[in-house]
Amino acid sequence: MTDIAEPPSAVRDIDHVIVRFAGDSGDGMQLTGDRFTSASALFGNDLATLPDFPAEIRAPQGTLAGVSAFQVQISDHPISTPGDAPNVLIAMNPAALKSDLGRLEAGGTVIVNEDAFTERNLAKAGYDANPLDDDTLAGFTVIQVQMTTLTKEVAKDLGDLGIKPRDAERSKNFFALGLLSWMYTRPTEPTMEWIDAKFAGREGVIAANKAAFNAGHAYGETAELSEHHYQVRPAKLEPGTYTSINGNTALSWGLVAAGELAQVPIFLGSYPITPASDILHELSKHKNFGVRTVQAEDEIAAVGCALGASYGGHIGVTTTSGPGIALKGETIGLAISLELPLVIIDIQRGGPSTGLPTKTEASDLMMAMYGRHGEAPMPIVAAYTPSQCFHAAIEAVRLAVKYRTPVMLLSDGYLANGSAPWKIPDVASLPEIPVDFATEPNQTNEDGEGVFWPYLRDHNLARPWAVPGTPGLMHRIGGLEKEDGTGNVSYSAENHAFMTDVREERIARIADDIPLVEIDGDADADVCVLGWGSTWGAITGAVQRIRSGGDKIAHVHLMHLNPFPKNLGEVLGSFDRVIVPELNMGQLSKLVRAEFLVDAESVTKVMGQPFTAGELEAELRTAVAAKN
Amino acid sequence: MTDVTEVPLTTKADWSSDQEVRWCPGCGDYSILTAMQMLMPELGVARENTVFISGIGCAARFPYYMNTYGMHSIHGRSPAIATGLAVARPDLDVWVVGGDGDMLSIGGNHLIHALRRNVNIKILLFNNQIYGLTKGQYSPTSEQGKVTKSTPFGSLDHPFNPVSLALGAEASFVARTHDMDRKHMQAMFRRAHEHQGSALVEVFQNCNVFNDGAFGAITKKDNREAMLINLDHGQPIRFGADGEKGVICRPNGVAEIVTVADLGADVENQLLVHDETQMDPSRAFALSRLASRPTEPTPMGVFRAVERPEYAGETNAQVAAATAASGPGDLEKLLHSQPTWEV
Repeated sequence: MTDIAEPPSAVRDIDHVIVRFAGDSGDGMQLTGDRFTSASALFGNDLATLPDFPAEIRAPQGTLAGVSAFQVQISDHPISTPGDAPNVLIAMNPAALKSDLGRLEAGGTVIVNEDAFTERNLAKAGYDANPLDDDTLAGFTVIQVQMTTLTKEVAKDLGDLGIKPRDAERSKNFFALGLLSWMYTRPTEPTMEWIDAKFAGREGVIAANKAAFNAGHAYGETAELSEHHYQVRPAKLEPGTYTSINGNTALSWGLVAAGELAQVPIFLGSYPITPASDILHELSKHKNFGVRTVQAEDEIAAVGCALGASYGGHIGVTTTSGPGIALKGETIGLAISLELPLVIIDIQRGGPSTGLPTKTEASDLMMAMYGRHGEAPMPIVAAYTPSQCFHAAIEAVRLAVKYRTPVMLLSDGYLANGSAPWKIPDVASLPEIPVDFATEPNQTNEDGEGVFWPYLRDHNLARPWAVPGTPGLMHRIGGLEKEDGTGNVSYSAENHAFMTDVREERIARIADDIPLVEIDGDADADVCVLGWGSTWGAITGAVQRIRSGGDKIAHVHLMHLNPFPKNLGEVLGSFDRVIVPELNMGQLSKLVRAEFLVDAESVTKVMGQPFTAGELEAELRTAVAAKN
Repeated sequence: MTDVTEVPLTTKADWSSDQEVRWCPGCGDYSILTAMQMLMPELGVARENTVFISGIGCAARFPYYMNTYGMHSIHGRSPAIATGLAVARPDLDVWVVGGDGDMLSIGGNHLIHALRRNVNIKILLFNNQIYGLTKGQYSPTSEQGKVTKSTPFGSLDHPFNPVSLALGAEASFVARTHDMDRKHMQAMFRRAHEHQGSALVEVFQNCNVFNDGAFGAITKKDNREAMLINLDHGQPIRFGADGEKGVICRPNGVAEIVTVADLGADVENQLLVHDETQMDPSRAFALSRLASRPTEPTPMGVFRAVERPEYAGETNAQVAAATAASGPGDLEKLLHSQPTWEV
């Protein structure tokens, strides 16, 4: 796909563009953004996306509450975020313009569907006057197109295929996509093929969508928009085979891969919740990998049946978001007491309570760390890019199986729905996940007979995983405190203290089995940015900008949050200032302060949106400048 | 699946764990445990393929005393945990044990969903109409007006009838027995074991410390003939020392106890003939309403035993069908299943 014809002279090369599609929830903006992204991915650009949609499936039409947006940055060089301010805003109605115009870069381009700027829609969006007629858009390049009218016009010959004008109107997002595809010289074939496949058997819809797309494309070509005709060449990425993947798909595939690597079936117990449901959807497709999925009656049952499956020798997994984790807490505690493998996946969203279901936040770290009664430590793994969710899932399963412990895997709404190109890994390069089921007695009783002690530990302090069906190893486990070794119920004070210590130590020792942190950027800088989770993209972007300006700054990013990598304290201690940007009120900064007595400074954002690189750049520049 | 003929002969001792049983002396749970430990050798199953899962409560200590695999889990969640185990491991016999608080209060949701899914788990609900382990609060099966520590002025709650509830959830197997009759318990447990799908067996169980004699009016030896209505499949429903009482069904669907002599001629055509295999659960439900409290004549036995698709088997059949249709999973292929490009 990288061999492209020499563009006509009207085409100007640009190194990146940030496009934001915004419209009503029913306007198909997520689909449009997704198609633009896919075509760009296949073209070979690097890219990052930010779907940004409301919690309501159909909020009142035309209102600010109903605006659904999709931002994508495409570039000819590696990038880490969906961009700061969009260069182009496509506003399909007045509400979209009103809600998203403030994000647009100064002097940026606004493309509006002029037909939607009716008195009624203007009123719904809270405009007293038509912004297309006053100075609202002064300073921007404005392209007004009658998208609805033009889309209906090209569909008027499709009556034979059952397409009425009112149906045709629904294709106007394809008009917008066609126009954008012309403006940025996107290949059109992938979209055509996609329309054929998606709407197979519905000839009228295929014809209407294609006609609208082509009309949009032709409009760009023929109308006087030539100065806006750009090209973003393919990015020079590491050689390999790439696919565009979002976090939830990558995470699902990571689980499937982990099942294959362990040669143990994956068992998902899940209850639908935004933004985690897509993992349930994806995994339920892959039954031929031996994956079992149960859509349980509630969050508690979901983790319960996952734990029951783990007890039976499967890899129990449960997926949810913050509210679900709150409900699963007691069962996670049971899993900690039973010392069975279990993977709990939290696709974080804004809280507390129902909060912002479709908006991102990373405010469940403390709940992952401490959100259970009793002393109940568990490992925490955090994904940091959409594609890295694949590896994070494998790592979570590896730890769960090896140490017979529940593992919390944290992702968030931004990673879950955002996509980026992914160099598909070589399957042979994936880590092994050895599984060691107990098959023999492990102790001898007074009579010299072999007996089985369920809490006799290996060198990792992990107890044997003896699954029902194994002759001779019958044993009982439960949530009551049990005696070291025999596993019999024990209320002994000394034993409880000992078992508490062992549970703590078993998790702490995982630090010997995870990579040390590495410093990105300048190890001799005064300022270090410490991040975790999806802030990786914005921090990386900000650090690159600061360093390219000649200033020094270091970046350390955590994938393991419990236990911390062994060298983290030492590394943080080697900098004068440690700055911790988080999409919460400073949870990691509190943890590192407590653990290492380091004076970590918190930079927080809880607006349902990821940091932009620009925001962090400004914060970090201040810190860097203060040191100079 | 272990071949039945290969299972070595066992005795009650083989099925008893080495743990000291710690129920209160005189608790009805002892007789249920003994019934189970004595029945197991007769079922032709292997100990290693048998699992008891429980929640919290007195009854929930049951797994500790069986020399099988077992899990004493958390309050109310045992049907969910057992569902996961049964789906992952359809080769196992999975039993669930819990009390009325565990199963009907904190775990009510899991119970009804396990029953509607028809997953192959056998649920023994020890109903003593009281909270024992927390020392005597009223339970969701306690009679209205019951004076307990938490209801000094009498409870206001209307109780559940566990059999009605299970039938309402369209459980494919529902039975009732009581802790004073080992043979009957064993017959019901055996039927549950043989059933393909979820089974609920309500066991009236005496809590001699906090609710002593709750079932005495019907389960004491001398009272049984007059007060227990034995349900026998295919037989007219009659009870009493000389079968002098019977059950008829009114045109409005309500089941009613009558004196047989009052029916006049053609008795057999008027008495309700019990059919546990009837797909529509309405008749079984009507029978479950005959007694509102265990002080009135109360049906015992199998209310319903019907065949419908079993969840774990169906889940695993989907796995097998998908594997047959698309071949065993190929990770390489999966990772390349979306559009790709080369750099």
